[in-house]
Amino acid sequence: MIEKALQGGKAYWTLVIILLAIVGVGTLAYLKQFTEGLTVTGLSRDVSWGLYIAQFTFMVGVAASAVMVVLPYYIHNYKKFGKITILGEFLAIASCVMCMTFIFVDMGQPFRILNVFLHPSPNSLMFWDTVVLFGYLVLNLLISWTVLGAEKKGIAPPKWIKPIIIISIPWAVSIHTVTAFLYSGLAARPFWMTAVLAPRFLASAFSAGPALLIIFCLILRKYTKFDVGREPIQKLAVIVTYAMLINVFLILMEVFTAMYSGIPEHLDHFKYMFFGMVDAEGILHTNLVPWMWLSACLGVLSVILLVVPKFRMKEGLLALACIFVFFSLWIDKGMGMIVAGFTPNPSHGVFPYTPTFIESMITLGVWGLGALIVTVLYKVALTLRKQVDTNRYRA
Amino acid sequence: MGVDRRKFVKFAGLSALGLAVNPPIKVLASEETYESAAGTSACSGSCLTCRPAHPPENATRWAMVVDLKTCREHPECNACIEACHVSHNVPDFPNPKDEIKWIWKEHFGHAFHETDHNYLSEHLKHSNALLLCNHCDNPACVKVCPTNATWKRKEDGIVMMDWHRCIGCRYCIAACPYGSRSFNYREPKEFFAENGRKLQADFPTRTKGVVEKCTLCEERLARGLWPSCVEACPYNCMTLGDLDNPDDPIRQIMHDKFTIRRKPGLGTQPQVYYII
Repeated sequence: MIEKALQGGKAYWTLVIILLAIVGVGTLAYLKQFTEGLTVTGLSRDVSWGLYIAQFTFMVGVAASAVMVVLPYYIHNYKKFGKITILGEFLAIASCVMCMTFIFVDMGQPFRILNVFLHPSPNSLMFWDTVVLFGYLVLNLLISWTVLGAEKKGIAPPKWIKPIIIISIPWAVSIHTVTAFLYSGLAARPFWMTAVLAPRFLASAFSAGPALLIIFCLILRKYTKFDVGREPIQKLAVIVTYAMLINVFLILMEVFTAMYSGIPEHLDHFKYMFFGMVDAEGILHTNLVPWMWLSACLGVLSVILLVVPKFRMKEGLLALACIFVFFSLWIDKGMGMIVAGFTPNPSHGVFPYTPTFIESMITLGVWGLGALIVTVLYKVALTLRKQVDTNRYRA
Repeated sequence: MGVDRRKFVKFAGLSALGLAVNPPIKVLASEETYESAAGTSACSGSCLTCRPAHPPENATRWAMVVDLKTCREHPECNACIEACHVSHNVPDFPNPKDEIKWIWKEHFGHAFHETDHNYLSEHLKHSNALLLCNHCDNPACVKVCPTNATWKRKEDGIVMMDWHRCIGCRYCIAACPYGSRSFNYREPKEFFAENGRKLQADFPTRTKGVVEKCTLCEERLARGLWPSCVEACPYNCMTLGDLDNPDDPIRQIMHDKFTIRRKPGLGTQPQVYYII
């Protein structure tokens, strides 16, 4: 089936080459990091995780969100998601690969990464995260390839795949829960140590992921002949709306607890994010401030666009709302979440973090890799679907 | 108290009396004298005369008492830091964000920020606290390590590091509430010669991309030597001992003095105790 990825037009190959070039730039930047060490990043003794781990966290959410199309289609037999499900699963595959790559580029000793399996330590959440993420990748590869393969032959998918599909649903929830546990179990970081972190991660994932899927569907409709139809997109929009509302609700829960209790250890991280903080020398650091306000504004705007049915029904406005949701949550999770957990540090010292150029290029490269995988896999899916449809028409 | 003190000196001090040369005199000469009630000396409870020539063998729970009262009288002194960092080949990176430190001084109000307030006594407010790995009884760093590259040694409670197994994920840095861990953001080998430090052949160097921290000089303890910092302090601010042994001098010190720990509420059971 993968051979379908090699049969494309000019536009397809141009896109592939651009994405390959981005991956190439990222690889070159990574080679520099590999030779010189993580000193080429903005990471420090005080902010020891940054852009890479934040992107990883965000992408775990996008990967998990495939469940939002898998569940209605396979469990509730919502047939209208038939065309979209494979797109969700392929997006999950690309996201999983991105997650693993982000972890890989964050390692100080990447060639020792197999030590995680050679010396398994069930007490570490990172061990479990590796296990569930790898498992989720395998599940999605297996499911999407089997279902698509059956479709190609014009037969029903084999019976044995059904229990695997059902397993993949709680598994999707588990990958983001375990990722939240990476943070929420740390007594040293009060900002993350909240029971609401895993639910919040899931809510933001189930809005950002389907929002991205809607954007993809609209792009595919515009530039290819593949149209998932209006109804599934509207259904996804409702999912995005509810998930985003729950996400905003959970964020407000966090803000209330921190503000009303007034415990500095909890409150200070919010202060740093939204107002900045002074360091020991009296210098005010506001690195995150514009970003966090942008994220909040985009979040509010997206909620308005999503909640009012008249807006949501218009696909142009829906696309805008989805872009807002995605970008708002990307800032929140892919920038604020991790860095603010480290600032101020446990001794209340403020050491700001700004990603370096090299770090940003590596990050861009990984995004390029994800986009490349999505492009290639979507190409396969679209070509196969087209063939199946033509065959059906001829018959 | 006086009797306790005498018993204490009798127990621990006799063999080490010959070593009591310059430093205790410096302590005597300082403005504040401690324990005048004890009548024996100006000892702050952790003086050289109280320290046997060799650390106890077969200790089962190492712990340290740091006498910040004495330490803060000598803000210019960095003997312990220098000794530690030289003996462990700790690189001296030029960029502060890459900094590696096993033992360091931090502003008191930061190190013990839950005790900080506007009307803190002046000498505390402007003083520094000496910080190092707490060798917690319930170490958060050990719990999170995905490769068991850091672990608590069963026999004596030292939190160890395997620099050959560490994958450099820095999860332990995120988990440690004390900032005790440093990461080799770059190749350390080029930065030993800074500040006139010489490469110590008897201690391993690290590579870039691994985490490192104080190991309580387990390599010295194994040879019957006190840790570098303990030995180097001219004012004897640090006392190492076996908490499990009721006759260990450290137990006497902790019995006599009020000691506090950093962030005790987190349940990590840090094993560095401070006299403030």
